[in-house]
Amino acid sequence: MKDYLIYFAQAYPNFRRAEIESLAQLHGISIDMSHHDEQNPFLIVQLENDLQAQQIMERSVLGRGIYELWGQGKDLDELHASVKESSHDKFELYKQASFKFDFIGYMGSRSNKTKFAMIESFSFLAFEGPIRMKNPDEIFTVLEEYKVTGNDKATTPERMWFGRQIQLSARVGNILDKYDLRRRKYIGTTSFDAELSLVSCNIAQVDQGKFTYDPFAGTGSFLVAAANYGGISIGSDIDIRTLRGKSDQCNIKANFNQYGTSLQFVDVLTMDFTNNALRQSLCIDTIVCDPPYGVREGLKVCGAKDPEKAAGRENVVIDGEKAHLRRDFIQPKKPYQLSNLLDDLLRFSASRLPVGGRLAFWMPTANDDFEINQIPQHAQLELIYNLEQEFNKWSRRLLVYVKRDESYVGQTSNGLKSQGIKDFRERYFNGFSEKSR
Amino acid sequence: MKFLTTNFVTCAVKGCLSSLEAFPLKYEDCQLVQEETEYKPEFISHMLERLEWNAIVQVAKDLGNDSLPATKPEGLDPIMEDSQAVLKDLHTLLMETQIVEGKMSCRNCGHVYHIKNSIPNFLLPPHLC
Repeated sequence: MKDYLIYFAQAYPNFRRAEIESLAQLHGISIDMSHHDEQNPFLIVQLENDLQAQQIMERSVLGRGIYELWGQGKDLDELHASVKESSHDKFELYKQASFKFDFIGYMGSRSNKTKFAMIESFSFLAFEGPIRMKNPDEIFTVLEEYKVTGNDKATTPERMWFGRQIQLSARVGNILDKYDLRRRKYIGTTSFDAELSLVSCNIAQVDQGKFTYDPFAGTGSFLVAAANYGGISIGSDIDIRTLRGKSDQCNIKANFNQYGTSLQFVDVLTMDFTNNALRQSLCIDTIVCDPPYGVREGLKVCGAKDPEKAAGRENVVIDGEKAHLRRDFIQPKKPYQLSNLLDDLLRFSASRLPVGGRLAFWMPTANDDFEINQIPQHAQLELIYNLEQEFNKWSRRLLVYVKRDESYVGQTSNGLKSQGIKDFRERYFNGFSEKSR
Repeated sequence: MKFLTTNFVTCAVKGCLSSLEAFPLKYEDCQLVQEETEYKPEFISHMLERLEWNAIVQVAKDLGNDSLPATKPEGLDPIMEDSQAVLKDLHTLLMETQIVEGKMSCRNCGHVYHIKNSIPNFLLPPHLC
């Protein structure tokens, strides 16, 4: 095992560990991140080789890069000593390679003049290869962590690392820019932001050729994110209008065209998730979604609001044709509880996912009455991550479950129902007041 | 709706989910359009593993295509010339054939679903929910 240094982005630090662990597991790599500190964007991990390092970072959205660690220290002298002591055997390997130096400063930086002097100070590496600013064989990076107190700019770093760059992340490759909603052809009020939809797909382990299903597809935010990672995307939604889009140039298909992933897109179906038409024998590898918790629109499923009034309507005939079989028939919808929908989602996932397959979905919770047992559980699904994104009075959580085999016996429970937690929508529109609990 | 999708959907009525009759649905009065898509032979050979071939043959027949072999083409290798022709044909059928308008009906319960503007509608009337 060798030491590698991960440098993380300053975004959603509580999601980092889940993302890297999930990408590692996807490639059969075991990684220990138990020492990760959310306050610190630098993390040293042990891996077998460069390939593993490349595999865990390539797709990452929350990481920035990974480096083979050559040395570390509190200042330049300590760093030099550390590199000489622990990495002198590596100098020879890169003696003839073309190279350049790079600097990364967290909460601080160096002037160009200092950078040149620092590069000179590493002359003991005795590299003889040409210096190339474009496409060098190797990039050697000095990473520095500064601590800022008050309003003063930090001038000297607290900690320094020296490493050979192995892989920069998808984030550094501008993936967030590419999937930015502001430039996406078709979006709607429920479109999910690019960053967290890509992170969701990483943690859900969407991968090349894997079927990914979003039962609440809306404008297809998770579908395009999944396709980016090679997933085969299939979606459904009860609302035909969002699926249809605005025109041929402004719909879900147009988004896939924009990103060059139209081959990965199967279809979107108008469908009530609770009356699902996907055949049972179809292997769905991954389910990623943001269930409609009803802030924009109340949650609905197919059915009559008032069954008594609707009784007998199946016998209505128009122009010699049963009304409910006609092309222009509009299927009535009735309100539905979020807690029931989440039950349905877990049950569906437990029955359709292969062992090891993941379900990842977002669940909103009011902060004043949240208890961990409100998170729904299913006997065949193990909850492995509960990642919170906090807003003022409420949070949304990315819940990630793994389908287990028969030997796993979990508990089926639904705290939302058993504790009589008010529907999120009701609390939201009452400003989460004490009275609305 | 791609031809491919006909292989993934069945009748949404609960009593039909496990019925052998319900899958595939019966396709009638369909209006088809060919839409060019990027061709990746590996994608097709990989996809083939996931398909219920009998249903592919059945739906193709509904749509007026009797030319498919009765058994699933096996051992297709995108490098071999013979395989390439088969894969290309399958690509044209599965990925490029769009059903723009049409009816899908369940052979078990008789319910009729419509495809409108390329999007299939599986929403059920109240008495079938």
